[in-house]
Amino acid sequence: MFSRKSAGQAAALAAVLSLGLAASAHAGTLVINTDTSDPAPKAAFEAAIEGFKAENPDVEVKWNIFDHEGYKTSIRNFLTAEAPDIAAWYAGNRMAPFVNAGLFADVSDVWEENGLNDSLASAASSMTIDGKKWGVPYTYYQWGIYYRQDIFDELGIEVPKTWDELKAASAKLKENGITPFAIGSKALWPTGGWFDYMDLRVNGYEFHMDLTAGKVPYTDPKVVEVFDKWSELVEPGYFLENHAAYDWQEAVPFFVNGEAAMYLMGNFAVDLFKSGGLTEDQLGFMQFPEITPGLPKAEDAPTDTIHIPANASNKEDAKKFLAYVARAEVQSQMNEILGQLPTNKGSKRPEDKYLSQGFEMLSEAYALAQFYDRDARAEMAKAGMEGFQEFMVKPGNQDRILQRLEKIRSRVYK
Amino acid sequence: MNRPAAMSGSTSFWQRHQRRIAPWFFLAPGAFMFAVYVILPIFQSMWISLYDWDGIGEKTFIGIANYVELFDDDAFYTSLKNNVIWLVLYMLAVPAGLFVALFLNQTVFGIRLVKSLFFFPFVLSQVVVGLVFAWFYDPSFGLLAQVFEAFGLKPIAVLADEDYVTYGIIAAGLWPQIAYCMILYLTGLNNISPEQIEAGRLDGAKGLRMLWHVVLPQLRPATFIAVVVTVIGALRSFDLVSIMTDGGPYGSSRVLAYYMYEQALSEYGFRMGYGAAIAVVLFAIMMVYITLFLVRMFSEERGAR
Repeated sequence: MFSRKSAGQAAALAAVLSLGLAASAHAGTLVINTDTSDPAPKAAFEAAIEGFKAENPDVEVKWNIFDHEGYKTSIRNFLTAEAPDIAAWYAGNRMAPFVNAGLFADVSDVWEENGLNDSLASAASSMTIDGKKWGVPYTYYQWGIYYRQDIFDELGIEVPKTWDELKAASAKLKENGITPFAIGSKALWPTGGWFDYMDLRVNGYEFHMDLTAGKVPYTDPKVVEVFDKWSELVEPGYFLENHAAYDWQEAVPFFVNGEAAMYLMGNFAVDLFKSGGLTEDQLGFMQFPEITPGLPKAEDAPTDTIHIPANASNKEDAKKFLAYVARAEVQSQMNEILGQLPTNKGSKRPEDKYLSQGFEMLSEAYALAQFYDRDARAEMAKAGMEGFQEFMVKPGNQDRILQRLEKIRSRVYK
Repeated sequence: MNRPAAMSGSTSFWQRHQRRIAPWFFLAPGAFMFAVYVILPIFQSMWISLYDWDGIGEKTFIGIANYVELFDDDAFYTSLKNNVIWLVLYMLAVPAGLFVALFLNQTVFGIRLVKSLFFFPFVLSQVVVGLVFAWFYDPSFGLLAQVFEAFGLKPIAVLADEDYVTYGIIAAGLWPQIAYCMILYLTGLNNISPEQIEAGRLDGAKGLRMLWHVVLPQLRPATFIAVVVTVIGALRSFDLVSIMTDGGPYGSSRVLAYYMYEQALSEYGFRMGYGAAIAVVLFAIMMVYITLFLVRMFSEERGAR
């Protein structure tokens, strides 16, 4: 096992050396694979690549765009078979399988040489495994509760700051025939957002990280407390009925039509809310309310990243590209197109209503979590979110669900 | 002319055995493909099922641990149970197909058009069938919900309810499967000998008696194919589950084929060994029917000789 690995490293080294020689003669081709099949991310990358080309006219860039969902499977193939020089992916535990399998290259030197440890400080921990950096973040976005300002005004509801206020607001909405929370849990992950926030607010960041790292059993009284609190919203029917039948987009019409008044979501949803016809006066954003008083508030802020595959053939230019994308002004430009937040602290502050609110919230956040399915291991995440969905449909099954999750946890993190 | 002696010897060997050997040459390309793409993967799957492997990292040999885990896995039993439900209910396609075929087997103006309309769902991709039925079941704007509301009932979210979801998907699957069985029976009905019908009529057989004693026995080959095709269709049901529910809500509509995919290849899966173990179990179940099919085919061929 060891000898094979070191042989691989030697081969990689030889490849780099020979490439270095070739590069001095004339720079090579830079192959970039991204999952940016949606219009905004595509345009953002296009801008970044154009800017990079203008600065490095001798580098020929070859850009492959993959379908967003299909990419999650194809990356496993191309990283082993025909590695590009740059691959887009996600931070946190989500990159761990590739790092552990030796498929991503260590880019700590890029961080060192470009002062990224300072300028990207907020995202540094989510890019670190075994004390090394494995990629460069270029964007992130906040999670929080989007709510219907007009409905709140009409019913005289103040923006809830505490758990009791949130429950009171929900009760009032329900009385008036409005579902308090829209959610579509068919794809499972929206339930992960709810669990993250319930746990972050009930037990705090450290406990949540220990739990997603598999150090705490799911049958722990603190986890039970999360579900007990959560059921205070589930039992009275504060979530959209039949949510298991909808994707998150399919639940948006309920919110837009005023049949539901709040939606816990990532900022990417704003685009859909607006194209559904909501104006900025109708749509508000609030931080998830406090549950355990005095607990410092951590937030979910998933980070998107780019990496250099270990088998890349043009690592030299790839590192240049990483450094380019890490720059403050490049991130400002990319995120303006993306409608998300730049990770570089020197970047321009966003002007958009929701982004600037999110920016403020995240800059004051105690800590940032990635998201349940990026913090927990894939197997655990899948089983966990399935359990959350079951809980949101049948809260009575709580004990059985937690026991099942514990069984899976003890197997996955053995 | 001045050929070496050994060569001429082999030529005569070829001439002697030409008739025996030639078929194997013709079979060779097909047999090769079959070996590489069917036989080999079967054994490969069995081999992988003994490992813990995420598809990219190192493989770790763990013996039968995957199987041990499988037999303690609630999701596996849910899938197995659903597969049994699929098997039983999917069989409805056979009598239903026969009924439609009998109904359409008449010569009236425009019957060809009607037949092709009935055959239509089989031509559709399963993905389209799944989507159409998912909309049909939609609890807010679906046709089913409208019907329920018209009767003043509360609509059921079929695909979000663990008790109904599997039946909902099977209903969608039956639609094209009935069409398939229908076409098998329609061709079968074409080959029914009119003399036997005539003879039956003279003996006073009508209606159900005629169907049971005269028509059905002649349709036996069609029935056999219809049953086999339906069993295999039920066991490999995957596309509809994937399109309509992704195995949800909370995994209650999974079938073995889908669970295998989920464990081995989906976004949160990549447990190749575990997925392979599920595949091996599914293969073992299918093998029962495949063996049945093969044994019957061989015995019939022998009978024909």
